Amino acid sequence: MGIHATEVTAEAGRGRTADSEDAPLLQVKNLQVEFRTRDGVAKAVNGVNYSVRAGETLAILGESGSGKSVSSQAVMGILDSPPGFVTGGEIVFKGQDLLKLSNEKRRKIRGTQMAMIFQDALSSLNPVHTVGTQLGEMFRVHRGTSKSEAKKKAVELMERVGIPAAKERVNQYPHQFSGGMRQRIMIAMALALEPDLIIADEPTTALDVTVQAQVMELLADLQAEYNMGLILITHDLGVVADVADKIAVMYAGRIVETAPVHELYKRPAHPYTRGLLDSIPRLDQKGQELYAIKGLPPNLLRIPSGCAFNPRCPMAQEICRTEVPPLHAVTEADGAPLEGRGSACHFWKETIHG
Amino acid sequence: MPDQQPNKPNGVPDDANTELSSAFAQTPTLGAMEVEGMLEKEDLTHAPEVSTEAVGLADREVPRSLWQDAWRELRRNPIFIISGILIIFLIIVAIFPGLFDSTSPLQCDLSKSQQGPTSGHPFGFDTQGCDVYARTIYGARASITVGVFATLGTALLGTLLGGLAGFFGGWLDAVVSRIADIFFGIPILLGGLVFLSVIPSRSIWIVVAFIVVLGWPQLARIARGAVITARQQDYVTAARALGAGNARLMLRHILPNSLAPIIVVATIALGTYISLEATLSYLGVGLKPPTVSWGIDISAAADTFRNAPHMLLFPAGALCITILAFIMLGDAVRDALDPKLR
Amino acid sequence: MGRYVIRRLLQMIPVFIGTTFIIFAMVHALGDPVAAFFGDKAPDPAAAAQIRQQLGLDNPLIVQYGNYMKGIFSGNLGTAFNGQPVTDLLKIAYPTTLKLALVAFTFEVIIGIGLGVLSGMRRGRLADTGVMMMTLIVISIPTFVIGYVLQYLFGVKWGLADATVPPGAPFQSLLLPGIVLASVSLAYVARLTRTTIAENSKADYVRTAVAKGLPRRRVVTHHLLRNSLIPVITFLGTDLGALMGGALVTERIFNIHGVGYYLYQGIVHQDTSTVVGFVTVLVIVFLLANLLVDLLYAVLDPRIRYA
Repeated sequence: MGIHATEVTAEAGRGRTADSEDAPLLQVKNLQVEFRTRDGVAKAVNGVNYSVRAGETLAILGESGSGKSVSSQAVMGILDSPPGFVTGGEIVFKGQDLLKLSNEKRRKIRGTQMAMIFQDALSSLNPVHTVGTQLGEMFRVHRGTSKSEAKKKAVELMERVGIPAAKERVNQYPHQFSGGMRQRIMIAMALALEPDLIIADEPTTALDVTVQAQVMELLADLQAEYNMGLILITHDLGVVADVADKIAVMYAGRIVETAPVHELYKRPAHPYTRGLLDSIPRLDQKGQELYAIKGLPPNLLRIPSGCAFNPRCPMAQEICRTEVPPLHAVTEADGAPLEGRGSACHFWKETIHG
Repeated sequence: MPDQQPNKPNGVPDDANTELSSAFAQTPTLGAMEVEGMLEKEDLTHAPEVSTEAVGLADREVPRSLWQDAWRELRRNPIFIISGILIIFLIIVAIFPGLFDSTSPLQCDLSKSQQGPTSGHPFGFDTQGCDVYARTIYGARASITVGVFATLGTALLGTLLGGLAGFFGGWLDAVVSRIADIFFGIPILLGGLVFLSVIPSRSIWIVVAFIVVLGWPQLARIARGAVITARQQDYVTAARALGAGNARLMLRHILPNSLAPIIVVATIALGTYISLEATLSYLGVGLKPPTVSWGIDISAAADTFRNAPHMLLFPAGALCITILAFIMLGDAVRDALDPKLR
Repeated sequence: MGRYVIRRLLQMIPVFIGTTFIIFAMVHALGDPVAAFFGDKAPDPAAAAQIRQQLGLDNPLIVQYGNYMKGIFSGNLGTAFNGQPVTDLLKIAYPTTLKLALVAFTFEVIIGIGLGVLSGMRRGRLADTGVMMMTLIVISIPTFVIGYVLQYLFGVKWGLADATVPPGAPFQSLLLPGIVLASVSLAYVARLTRTTIAENSKADYVRTAVAKGLPRRRVVTHHLLRNSLIPVITFLGTDLGALMGGALVTERIFNIHGVGYYLYQGIVHQDTSTVVGFVTVLVIVFLLANLLVDLLYAVLDPRIRYA
């Protein structure tokens, strides 16, 4: 019954858009990352597969420690090494496996063809350089632009992401901006050379709720305008609902469920996903006790045998403690295929249909 | 929400950190500068994900306090073991010099003046014909006494004044900070040359008192910074909201959480105070005979260094090993208490 | 920025007064300045009282201090034991010590930062361990011991350098004393540089710089070093003042007739004018260096500048 994981994602990538014959922009295959710490080897990413097409948004959802950020750092090639090491798999970007490229070639891809937006813009921007310098640096280094030209471009970028009085503010330092404005600068920096893929690592977590919505909207608009692929890493189910096309849920370094975004909300096929959805407070359940997933995220040095979620799972059986569930293709109760859906649960049928 | 991250410390407002940095920028000492990072460790909210994801999770099952964690770290550190054994040995020598030497450092025979090492007298004799080995053994007491008590004095006075200044702020802070600045404005060797030359009989305790008077501002600055950082933590606000009084807040909540940087700077300072005592003795304003001290012996030997190097090298070697042991200990303690550098 | 400078300057005033007053009071406890005029002979009480009155020494200490400060600002620091104005002695001594301090400072900057960067960029490797051990040992040896050993080895045994500095202190002869004076500070600078590089290399903005696809060289120079060297530079600034004080020991070992020499002579002869004059000028240099560092800090770190 269970099919191999890569087939599911390959299938998941098909459909939706008209250019379904084209290869996806980014394809991550069986990626494995580990951290060699003094306390032992932490397996942060254990065979992750996903793909992103141009213009598509993939949300990767998970708790801290699920490997969502680490896998994207591996894609960007900015993993702290040591202690982090990519120990297996492929990262195919525009037809070439990034892991086989030289460091210099990977560097030239960073910033020009793929860019990253970080969570905390205050610490992610250099405090001692003006935002203009930091934005202009992209053009100066990758395009060899002159100083004055780079500054002009920086002002244009700031205007593009909606920063008022950009001409004056280009000479200010990061700490002189508000949180939302700083995150806009991060976005402008990622956007500078119009990359094909943007990875946003919790881009709105550090912001106020009202500002969060503005920043997400800006990101979505720009993505549509430039037809970029977007990987949105988040722990917040609320953030992804409006922007993402599809979702991959990660747990203990594996993808446990993939689904088109609205399908996932309607009918989760993995007990973990269901637990996450049930723990969102809802107005119609006012007065009832809020559901919480019991237990703690797993220790990556000692991932539980079998399904990593089994100690916290309300549906766990003996098989869950012994056998690692593959990513099953999820179907309707009558066996009709469900486009792009997969669940790494021995009891996915019971979860989605039962 | 699933993303709880219990290991993340609370962020500190940015202006607090910059204020700390600027305070330390004026502190030209090894300990203070290296500790600067420690105080800012609360700002480590967004460390590379490995620290929270991989390492942080490993600790989640058995939560340990900073002190337990530091102790576990220390026991595994060979530098700590070596320096610890050395220091215990040196303290035994300082307390019971008779265990290591049967002769007296004051029993001298002029006919043996400046003779090199012979059997029974492995370090040779000094100008007065005293046994250099005996003087080296007995000299440990002066150096270690000065080091230990000067450190205790500066740490107590500095923590008290700096801590109160940091806790209450306002005019008290302004006054303490300016007084600290005044004493900080006197270079310590220069101060020694002027202050100590006034005092004709300089016992160990006079030298200790001098070091405390000129040394406390360094510790006060560290303590002030640490207390300001601790005061702004959420658990302190919580304790205050629950009605804890100032005394209780200080003793139960703030002091234990500000101690780490103070301990580190004090340990490293101990080594430098021993060095300072020797230097003062060399300048002729430190200890005076008949006190037996390495500093006195080294400066006495300096004039005849070319003819009888053993007179200088043995006490100097003992002095260096002692200072090295304390500085290594401070280094190891700092590494253990500062998770950021791990 | 302007407000910051003014605040710093205002804060310096009480510190300056406090520091110089303590020194002034201590030096007056040093001995009777009038007795020094009479050398070894017992002073004639009547003559002594007359001199006292002439010099204003019968006034309370605080008045004497006030008069002295007035003198300082009009360039009159009194007369030394040998009859020369103290300002003349200062003019002889300070250039020599300053020259020595600058030689030491150069060593400190070049070797200290160099070793620190080497060590910080190769953390955990052999070069790092070597630098850390070496600096630890240097810090553990008091300067005067290093001084005598190096003087013996380079100056006497191998004859590679002047064992003592001839009058006039030609630049070349100050190299060995310079490295001795710099040794401990140099070790501190190396360790501090290493620490800040180690911390900053994990900073988010360095990760951002890598993610921007900047060449490693640019990440290191424009982002990592630019930020890491801020505390190092401020340390160097304060240390310039400290080096002037530390020169006391070095000057004694190498027989350099600088500040330390005259100060020491002043103390031996219980000559208050000389001691107060030299110490006050040293304290002023020290305080100015501190002020300079504060301003430098604000220039280098915009977060302070706009605070």
